[in-house]
Amino acid sequence: MSMHTKYKIQDLNLHYGTFHALKNINLELPEKEITAFIGPSGCGKSTLLKTLNRMNDLVEGCSIDGTVLLDGEDIFDRMDVNVLRRRVGMVFQKPNPFPMSIYDNIAFGPRTHGIRKKAKLDEIVEKSLRDAAIWDEVKDRLDKSALGMSGGQQQRLCIARALAIQPEVLLMDEPTSALDPISTMKVEDLVQELKREYTIVMVTHNMQQATRVSDKTAFFLLGEVVEFNETAELFSMPKDQRTENYITGRFG
Amino acid sequence: MKRQKILETGMSWLFALCACMSIVAVVLICVFLFANGVPAMKEIGFIKFLLGTDWAPKNQPASYGILPMIIGSLCVTIGAVVIGVPIGLLTAVFLSRFCPKKLHSVLEPLVQLMAGIPSIIYGFFGLVVMVPLARMIPGCTGVSMLTASVLLGIMILPTIINLSESALNAVPDSYYEGALALGATHERSVFFAVLPAAKSGILAAAVLGIGRAIGETMAVIMVAGNQARIPTSMLKGIRTMTANIVLEMGYATGLHRQALIATGVVLFVFILIINLTFSILKKRGEKV
Ligand SMILES: Nc1ncnc2c1ncn2[C@@H]1O[C@H](COP(=O)(O)OP(=O)(O)OP(=O)(O)O)[C@@H](O)[C@H]1O
Ligand SMILES: [Mg+2]
Repeated sequence: MSMHTKYKIQDLNLHYGTFHALKNINLELPEKEITAFIGPSGCGKSTLLKTLNRMNDLVEGCSIDGTVLLDGEDIFDRMDVNVLRRRVGMVFQKPNPFPMSIYDNIAFGPRTHGIRKKAKLDEIVEKSLRDAAIWDEVKDRLDKSALGMSGGQQQRLCIARALAIQPEVLLMDEPTSALDPISTMKVEDLVQELKREYTIVMVTHNMQQATRVSDKTAFFLLGEVVEFNETAELFSMPKDQRTENYITGRFG
Repeated sequence: MKRQKILETGMSWLFALCACMSIVAVVLICVFLFANGVPAMKEIGFIKFLLGTDWAPKNQPASYGILPMIIGSLCVTIGAVVIGVPIGLLTAVFLSRFCPKKLHSVLEPLVQLMAGIPSIIYGFFGLVVMVPLARMIPGCTGVSMLTASVLLGIMILPTIINLSESALNAVPDSYYEGALALGATHERSVFFAVLPAAKSGILAAAVLGIGRAIGETMAVIMVAGNQARIPTSMLKGIRTMTANIVLEMGYATGLHRQALIATGVVLFVFILIINLTFSILKKRGEKV
C-alpha cells in the first residue's frame, strides 16, 4: 500500500462573515482510502468538505485562510476551479439528479468536458452506471426522466454522474442519510468498491457506517478536528476524552 | 357563538357570490359572442367566412372573408414571438442568474413599469419612432407587418421576462450546484442545468405572451397599416382581427356588424386554445 497523500490541509481557517466555522484544520488525506468525517451537527464537516472542491466559493461572505494542497498543488492558487471540480467529484446529501433523462444526467459531465461522440458517451454512460451498481436497474429506461426513480436509485445515479467525469477524489456528504437500509447497504458496498480507484471523503452521522466503510476517521467538534486516526483505533481507543464521549453517545 | 356562526355563513355566501360574478361574466360574454357571431357565420357560410380572402362589406353583394385578418393576426403574433421570446428569455436569465444585486434593483422596477404602460402609448412610440425608422428600409412604407411585429415583440417583453424569471428563480439551487460540482462553468450550469429545469414555466411564459400579442389592438392599429389583404411581404401593411373589429364597429350595421362580432368569436377561440395550452403547461410544470 502506497501512502501517497492526496489532500494536504494546512492551517485552514474559514469564516462565514464573522462566524469562525473552521479553526486551524490540519489534515492529510491518503490516496485511495476512505476518510470519514464525523461529529455533531453544525461542527463544520460539510463546510470542510465543500472547501475541498471550492463549493464554498458560492457562499457570500465566506473567507478562507491557509492552504489546501491536492497532489501538492494549492487549490486556491492558480488552479482553475472548474478543473479542480473535474478532478474532485461530489455527491450531495440530498440526491439531486437533473430533471432530464437518466442518460443525459450521466452524459452531462462528459459533455461539459468536450466529449461529443455518441459512441464514446454511450460507453461512459454504461461504465459509470455499472460502476455505481445501478446499470441493471436502469439499462432499459435510459431515456426516461431521472426524477421517476426511487431515492436510493437517484443517489446511485448521482454517484454514477460524478464518476462519469473520471474524478480522482469523490466527496460524499451524508450520501445515505435519505436512504432506506437496503439502499444504504448498496451505497456502502459501492463505496468499498470505488476505493480501489478513487480517494473518498465521506461525511456521516452514522458511526456504524464510519466503522464499516472508512479507513480513517476525523472527529470534528465546534469547527476543530479533535482527533484524526485509523478508524479502528479511533473507535476502539480514542485518545481524546471528547472523542470518547461522542462515540459512546454521551453527548452530541 | 351563534352570531359568529351566522357571520361565518354570511361571509362564505358573499365570497361565493363574488366568485359567481366572474363566472357569470365569462359565461355571459361567451353567450353574447356566440349568439351574435355564429348565426352570422352561418349566413355568410363558415368556409366563405373563415377562408374567404375578400373583406368588402360595402360591395354589392358584400363579401365577408376574414382569412387576411386571421393570417394578419397570426403573422404579427409569430413575429412578436420571434422577437420577444428570445430577448425576454435572455433578459430573464440575466436578471435571475447574472445580474449584480444593485443593477437588479434598478432593472426590476423598470420591467414592472414596462408592463404598466398603456398600449396606446406603445402605439405612439411605434408611430413616432419606429415607423420613420422602418421607412428607411427600401420598399417599406413604414406602417407594416414588420413594424407591428417589433412593437408587439417589445410589448410582450414584460410578460415573458416576469414569468420566465420566476420560473428560473423557482429552480432549486441543487441543480445549479450539481452542475458546478461536475466542473461546469457558471454559464454552462445556468444554460444547461437551470434553464431546462425551468422549461415548462418558460413555455407558459411564451404562451401567455402569444395571448397578449394576438389580443393587442390599439398599438397594432397605429403601426400595421390595416390593409385587409393577404400580406405578401414583411414590409407590407397588414390588418389583424382586433383591428378589423375596432376600425369598423363604429359604423357597421346589420350583417356587417354581426360579421365583426363573428371575427371576435374566432379571436376568442384562438385565445381559448392559448389559455388551455397555458394551463396544461403550468400543470405539467408543477408536477416536475
Ligand atoms: N452558508 C452559510 N452561512 C453562514 N453560516 C453557515 C453557512 N453554512 C454553514 N454555516 C454554519 O457553519 C457551521 C458549520 O456548518 P456545517 O454545515 O459545516 O455543519 P455540519 O457539520 O455539516 O452539520 P450537519 O451535520 O448538521 O450537516 C454551522 O454552525 C452553520 O450554522
Ligand atoms: Mg452537513
